[in-house]
Formats: sequence, C-alpha cells, structure tokens
Amino acid sequence: MASAVSAIFILDLKGKVLISRNYRGDIPMSAVEKFLPLVLEAEEESQAPAPCFTDDGINYLYIRHNNLFLLAITRKNSNATTVMLFLHTIAEVLTEYFKELEEESIRDNFVIIYELLDEMMDFGYPQTTESKILQEYITQDAYKLEVQVRPPMAVTNAVSWRSEGIRYRKNEVFLDVVESVNLLVNANGNVLRSEILGAIKMKVFLSGMPELRLGLNDKVMFESTGRAPTKGKSIEMEDVKFHQCVRLSKFENDRTISFIPPDGEFDLMTYRLNTQVKPLIWVEALVENYTGSRVEYLIRAKAQFKRRSSANNVEIHIPVPEDADTPKFRSGIGSVQYVPEKACVIWKIKQFQGGKEFSMRAHFGLPSVKNLEDADKRPPMSIKFEIPYFTTSGIQVRYLKIQERSGYAALPWVRYITQNGDYQMRMPDSIKASKMAPI
Amino acid sequence: MIINTYNKTGENAELLADLNSEYRDRRKDAVKRVIANMTVGKDVSSLFPHVVKNMQTEDLEMKKLVYLYLMNYAKSNPDLVILAVNTFVKDTDHVNPLIRALAIRTMGCIRVDKILDHLCEPLRKCLEDDDPYVRKTAAICVAKLWDLDQERALENGFVTILQGLVSDSNPMVVANAVTALAEMQESSETKDIFVVNVAIMNKMLAALNECTEWGQIAILTSLAEYRPLDSKEAESICERVMPRLQHANGSVVLSAIKVLMILLRYINNDEFVKGLIRKMSPPLVTLLSSAPEVQYVSLRNINLILQKRPDILQNDVRVFFCKYNDPPYVKREKLEIIIKLCNDKNIEQILSELKEYASEVDVDFVRKAVRAIGRCAIKIDEASERCVNVLLDLINTKVNYVVQEAIIVIKDIFRKYPKRYEAIIPTLCQNLDSLDEPEAKGSLIWIIGEYAERIDNADELIENFLETFLEENSRVQLQLLTATVKLFLKKPSQSEEIVHRVLQTATEEIDNPDTRDRAFVYWRLLSTNPQAAKAVVLSEKPPISVETNTVSPALMDELINNISTLASVYHKPPTAFMGNKAYSADAVKKAAAAE
Repeated sequence: MASAVSAIFILDLKGKVLISRNYRGDIPMSAVEKFLPLVLEAEEESQAPAPCFTDDGINYLYIRHNNLFLLAITRKNSNATTVMLFLHTIAEVLTEYFKELEEESIRDNFVIIYELLDEMMDFGYPQTTESKILQEYITQDAYKLEVQVRPPMAVTNAVSWRSEGIRYRKNEVFLDVVESVNLLVNANGNVLRSEILGAIKMKVFLSGMPELRLGLNDKVMFESTGRAPTKGKSIEMEDVKFHQCVRLSKFENDRTISFIPPDGEFDLMTYRLNTQVKPLIWVEALVENYTGSRVEYLIRAKAQFKRRSSANNVEIHIPVPEDADTPKFRSGIGSVQYVPEKACVIWKIKQFQGGKEFSMRAHFGLPSVKNLEDADKRPPMSIKFEIPYFTTSGIQVRYLKIQERSGYAALPWVRYITQNGDYQMRMPDSIKASKMAPI
Repeated sequence: MIINTYNKTGENAELLADLNSEYRDRRKDAVKRVIANMTVGKDVSSLFPHVVKNMQTEDLEMKKLVYLYLMNYAKSNPDLVILAVNTFVKDTDHVNPLIRALAIRTMGCIRVDKILDHLCEPLRKCLEDDDPYVRKTAAICVAKLWDLDQERALENGFVTILQGLVSDSNPMVVANAVTALAEMQESSETKDIFVVNVAIMNKMLAALNECTEWGQIAILTSLAEYRPLDSKEAESICERVMPRLQHANGSVVLSAIKVLMILLRYINNDEFVKGLIRKMSPPLVTLLSSAPEVQYVSLRNINLILQKRPDILQNDVRVFFCKYNDPPYVKREKLEIIIKLCNDKNIEQILSELKEYASEVDVDFVRKAVRAIGRCAIKIDEASERCVNVLLDLINTKVNYVVQEAIIVIKDIFRKYPKRYEAIIPTLCQNLDSLDEPEAKGSLIWIIGEYAERIDNADELIENFLETFLEENSRVQLQLLTATVKLFLKKPSQSEEIVHRVLQTATEEIDNPDTRDRAFVYWRLLSTNPQAAKAVVLSEKPPISVETNTVSPALMDELINNISTLASVYHKPPTAFMGNKAYSADAVKKAAAAE
C-alpha cells in the first residue's frame, strides 16, 4: 500500500503551473493540464467537486490556499489523508518562510522552494517537515563558502523537533490556554451543537534540552491516580490531541503529559469537549419584513457569564437582504455599521460585561420590485468575542515542572482566554412577511 | 509543464557565455536563470553540458540547482549524463553528510540506465554510513533502484541490507526502511521482500514511539499487514497502537484506526471490542475540526466504518450537522452520515435540521436534503408520518425544485408503505403543472396509476399529461404507458378510449424501441387475455428498503484494509482506478465479483 505521490504542483487559479516537482517520473507532467478542466467540468455538473478525484488512471488531490491550488498527482492508491495533510504542511512551511504564500512570493523564491520540496519529500514520501528545523539548514541567506551547513541532529534524532545547544539568558515559558467555542443555534433558539475546542499554546524560551511535565485538573488523571482534586473541580476532556513531542504511551499509562518542547511557539495540545453550559453570548433577532418596502430588525444580545468577567471586542454580524438600502440604526451601546458588500450589519461592542443585556434596532428600505427567482440566502448571524481570564471548561494548569541538566530556574506564565470559534445562530423567519405579500 | 521551443537565441547565447564565465558569481547567477526558465516551462535542455560543468563546486546552493537541472533533463540527454557521474560518486564520499545524502538522493532520481551502473557502489556505502541522515536517504534510494531494475537491487544484496535497517538504532531510518520495503513488496513478484512477522512487528512497535509523524504513518501502514495468531495477541497490539489516537496528525489517527479495525476481526473478547469501539469515536469526531479537504477524506472513511460497525458514533449525530460555510463536498458527506445515524430517538432533531437545509440556496444540496427526508421515512417506520408531514410542508413552499424532489421521494415512501398515505395525493396533484423534470413527472404519474381507483379524476390527470406525450422523455413515456394501462384495468369504463389512443400513438409514432415494444406487449396482453394483463401489471411489488449500506460485505473488508487511502475515499477497490490495469478483463471481472 505504497502511499507515494508522483508529483506536486503549485498552480494559480487559472491552472497555470507556478512551480512543480516531479518525484517519481511515472506520470507525464503534462497530466496537470487536465486538472483545472476536470475541476470545472465537475463544477458544471452542479456537483460540488471533491478535493480528490481520479481520471484515466491518474488521481488528483488538491487544496486551495489563498489564490493558489496545491496539487498532488499519483497513480497509486495513496494515503489520501497523508497527502492532504502534506499539502497543507507545504503551505504552512512556505508561509513561515515567506510570510505570505502567493504567486509573487513563489516567483521570487523559486530556488528555495525547490530546495524545500526536495527536503520535505523523497520519492513521494514525506520526510522532514518541521519548519523550525528546516530553517536551520535551508536558509534564504546565500551560503558563505567557509561555513558548510550540515543536517541538524534533530532531522534524524528521536527528538526531531528540537536542536541541541539552544541558549537563553532568561529562561521563560508562556502558556496560553485558548478555548474556542463552536455553537450552532437553530431559528427556534434551540442549541444544536455546542462544543469547545481548546488549545494549550506554548511559547518556550528555554536553554538546553529541558524536560517538562504539565499537570492539569484532568478528571481521568485524578481518577487513575486515586487522588481527589485538592480544590476546585476537575474537567473531563472528550478527545485530546498532542504535539508530537508528547510521549503518548506515557500519557496512555498514567495521564502524565511529559515532553521535551520545540523551541519557540507551538500548540502543545488540543482538546475537545461538549458542554451543556449556557451559550456565552446569546443573541435574539426579531425580523419584520414588509416585502417591497422595508425591513426592520430588533436584536437583543445578552452576556450569559459571570458578572466579574467581560467580553472584549464583541462583533455581532447580522445578515440583511442584498438589495437593502438606506440603513438607520439605534443602539444602546457600541457602534453599528452597514457593510453592503457582505450584505450584513455589524454591531460592535468594545466591552460587554457579564450579566448585561443590550438591544439594537435597524431599519432598511427595500426595492419595490423583487426578482422572485432569487432564492433568499439565509446565512446565520455570527458572533465574535474574546473573554480574557476565563475558560468555559474550567481547565486549569496545576503545575508546569521544568527540569534541565544545568539546573536553571525557569518561570512559567499562564494566561487563559475564551473566544468564539464557529459561533453561529440561525436567523428566524420574518414575522410579517406572509401577511404583506403582494396579491 | 508545457515545453515551449526555446528560440530566443539571444538569451540562450548569453546564458551560455555566463555559464562558462570565469567568475563564480556570474556562473551561479546564470544557473539560477536557467532554473527560472525551466520553472516557467522553457526548454533549456540544450545547455546541458554547460550547466553540468558547474556541478563540481563547494557552494551547496549551486550544487542543488545543478542537481535539480539534472533531474529534469537527464532523460533528454541520456548520453551526456555520464559527465555528471564522477562528481556524484565523489560527492557520496564528501565529509558533509548533507552532501553525501543529496548526491545519493539525486542519483536515484535520475532515471537513466547509464547512471545505474555507477549507483550501486555509492549506494552500498551510504546504506552503511555513520550518519543516520545519509542512511535514511539511502534507504529510500533502494526503492528508487528497485523501481527501475529489480534484478540489480537483488543481485547487489540491497534488499537484504534494507531488511537489516529495520533494526537500525535510528527511528527515522527504520521508518524509511519500512516505507521502502513496503513499496517493494507490493511490486515484487515473489512477495517475499517484506513479510511482517512477529519479530518485525515488535521492532516496528518499538520505533513507533520515536519517529516523526510521517514515519509513524508508514509503520502503522505496515503493521496493518500483520495477521495476529489469536485474540490475545491482537488485543496486545491494539493496546500499543491505541495511544496513537491522541496524535495531532489526523493521518496518524486514521492509520491507527485502520490497524484497530483490522485487528478487531481477530478479537473475540466482547468487552474489549466494546471498549475499543468507544475509544475510537472521539478521535473520529475530532477529525471534523481539520481542514475541509481532510474532513472530506475523514467523512468518507467514517461512512465506511459506520457501515462496518454501526454501533460507533451512535450519540454523535449533532457533530455532523452542516455549518453554513462548510464547502459543498463536506455538506454532502455529512448528510450521508446523518442518514446513517438516524434512529427513532434522534429523528425529530434530524428532521428539523434537514428542513432547514431544504431552505438553503445551493440547489444541489437542497435536493439531497429533501431526498434524505424520504430516506429517513423509509428507514424508520415510526417516523414515516412525521417525514411525510415535513415533505408536505416543503411542497407548500412551492419552490419548484423542492416540490419536484419531494414528489420523487414520496413515490418511494408510497412503495415502502402502500396504502398508508393516500390522503396526501390531492396535495401532490395540485402541483402537476410545476413539474418539468422527467423523474418528478414519472413519479407522480406512477402514483396516479398505482392509486387510480382512489383518484376520482385520474383519467383527467392522465389525459392532461398525455397532451404532450410525444414530446416527453422516454422515461416519462414509459410511466405514462403503464399508468394508462393500470387506469384501464382499474376503471375500464372511463378509459377505454384513452388506452386505445395511447397504445396506438406509442406503436405508430414513437421510434424509441423500448417505448414502442412495451406498448406492443401491453396491447397484445390486453387484447388476448385481460386477466393475465391484470396479473402482470397490477402484481404486488416487492417492498423497497433504504440502502444506507452502499458497499457489499466482500468489498467492505477490502476497503477496511485500505482505510485512509484513495480507495476508501472512492469506495472502490484499488484495482478499479489504479493505472491501466483498471481496464484489463481480469480486473473488471474481479471488480464485478466484488460488487
């Protein structure tokens, strides 16, 4: 079950190849010419084209990134998940190298992209893709002849994500616990889905090869060790995913999170939990649509978390008809803005204290003639916010132990923040629309 | 890449001069320009000897560029490749492991016979190199050689050396050795290159904890080939693979799921199986937080896994509800899974969700949502009435394509539950005029024919359709023929004239042999033996059931073996789409047998 890909291409949206790498030579590179026509053909058949398809014995797998396609082709029954993830990895690595991955940065940096493609994949199999490590031996600076670059030990070490000999004058670790809330509420105000995607993001500035151990108020850990939490509650995570530096078998055995961290920024772990808590910010909309003349909105927003917390930079996006005009607003707090190109109204509230409730009215004119053929798009309302010093799950870092041979003392800093993920509430039907319909 | 003829002789001459310049910077710049031309698809193969001249350099960047050029144009200049061999061989002896590895990696990519003669000695050295970076590169190089010349790889003992590397002290080398061996095993005729036995399995399990994410995938893929001796052994392998479900890389997770799904076949400890199934659900759900393309692949696999193990994800239907901004291909797959997970407990929730989808803008998705409502009705007897009510609501929206789709699924509901929902027929018939798609028309005509005795004005309705009989799609014509005959058999007094007219038109004016022949058959039947006609036309129809399982059991096992691969995405055996083999008689037969 060889999973190798034959070649990788980066194309613009017109299907023109910007750069490519042929890894196996078993497919003529001209096969790429059929790619975009095939995608367009699939689109025409009103079928949403899938991100991978087969044609004439050749399989095409692709992703979109900005205005680019990243495409892999193969003749074999390749591992589709690997290929998709690898394409995303290429996009990530190139973005880290050039800040922005787009047509221009590719043209300006083709030499280094060839080098990276050569190092990241061999004969169609992914190799070293850790961008920090790659940056150690594939650099944008022209090489000085005197200094010969060598492969960093990390490339083949068991610790493939950290190089030896890192030094900091001040040893520090920053831990950010970031929870994104995904919420979907239907038009009747029932919560269809509510989940938290949490991440523990680390910024590590530590010398040498430090051993870290992280303790959380994880319920399963408390149970397995037979210790009750000394204070506060424990939380139950549904699924935990770790950065490759974490020793998974150790976690499986005794729920200890132990690792040698990469240098700099990375996501140590992500977790998911379904919660039954009240949605943090609740928005209700009342729509009165007088077809052919005007539409009116009454929006009520409520912060359903503790009074001592507050949400910052709250934005409530309310979709309105595309042909609406002459907006008028009245709100108790914040600013309201009409964004015609997105067909929505944005209500911004800089600081929204827990327990408070505010409302906003919007009024729009509608053209008297409406093309009935146009199906009404019904995008949901979406809400953005950040609540610092607060996690929905109640996760807490109990300790972070740092040990290094040289025995230096290091300072860990922890911050908590909750923010919106996919936070959507569907719009209710207009209450008067049917009554006012023209006869 | 499109190769244009390179006719700007001016630039070519300039490059030529610069490539031979006495100044290093100018030569390097020239090589860069050559590569730039290559990148945009211009043919720069004529500069071959001049570029290759610059290969012998201590400048790593320059060397890489020349190597890159060589890989691209060696095939068009096979005779000149020999010029490069010397430098290659020298480079494989370089003090810097980066250059040793680069040389052996590039040599393997030059698919020209002349190179192979010179590849074997350096390759042997590199496989035994002190530096793991060189060894891991050489391991893949053996697969490259194998791809071109299996004989040579065997004769030189590379296969044996590679097998030895599975026990290497470095996990990355182990992973690449496993990768190379697995590929060679697949294309070998004897199939004895890489047989995963207990010893090899243990080595791989040991390396699993240490290697990179991609290495773990390679190892898990090969682990999936191992067949345990008994339930106990299978369980212990599961225990060691299970921690992989916590890996951040979704492909590691799916590869681990594959191994677990295969091992499940050998485990007869019910408790263990239950626990395992429970542990697999959360990671599968988490895959839905990945990039949309990865979600798509995951959803196709979840679809398969659900067909094999319907007890998985039972309480998770909400996570498959579509987000407004999901790409269409993700929505489509989520819908399939929602139907699979629908049961009498969650149907209420699912129906309100499907109804929501039916009011979206994407016509294709709306149709699928409406169809899904019908499939739920057929799947869950107790819920059928609620489904029918939702469909009636949708018909009342009068949105053309929603109405048509609803009528199509209602026909299926009628077939599944005959005589249960006749009361809604009048509502359906009110929408007669808005139907313009053959399938919807055919469905309504079928309903009218089937229930002709209950519909007072059935003859008028049929008559109405018959006005355009000749212009209709053959599918509609066939339905009309049958419905008219049913009407006649049920209400002979009302419709003798109609049936006569239809049969005459069909036999005399229609060229489509299907329609014409069916008309002849009906005519003959009706005229010779009306009783027999009744028996044939009005016979009991076999009940239909919803086919949520789209994959046959035989194919299923093969697809489970291929979780995470393209086969699992297409839901087709690999032979059906791989290379030209797909069209060989053998493959077609095998595929047919599997269907």
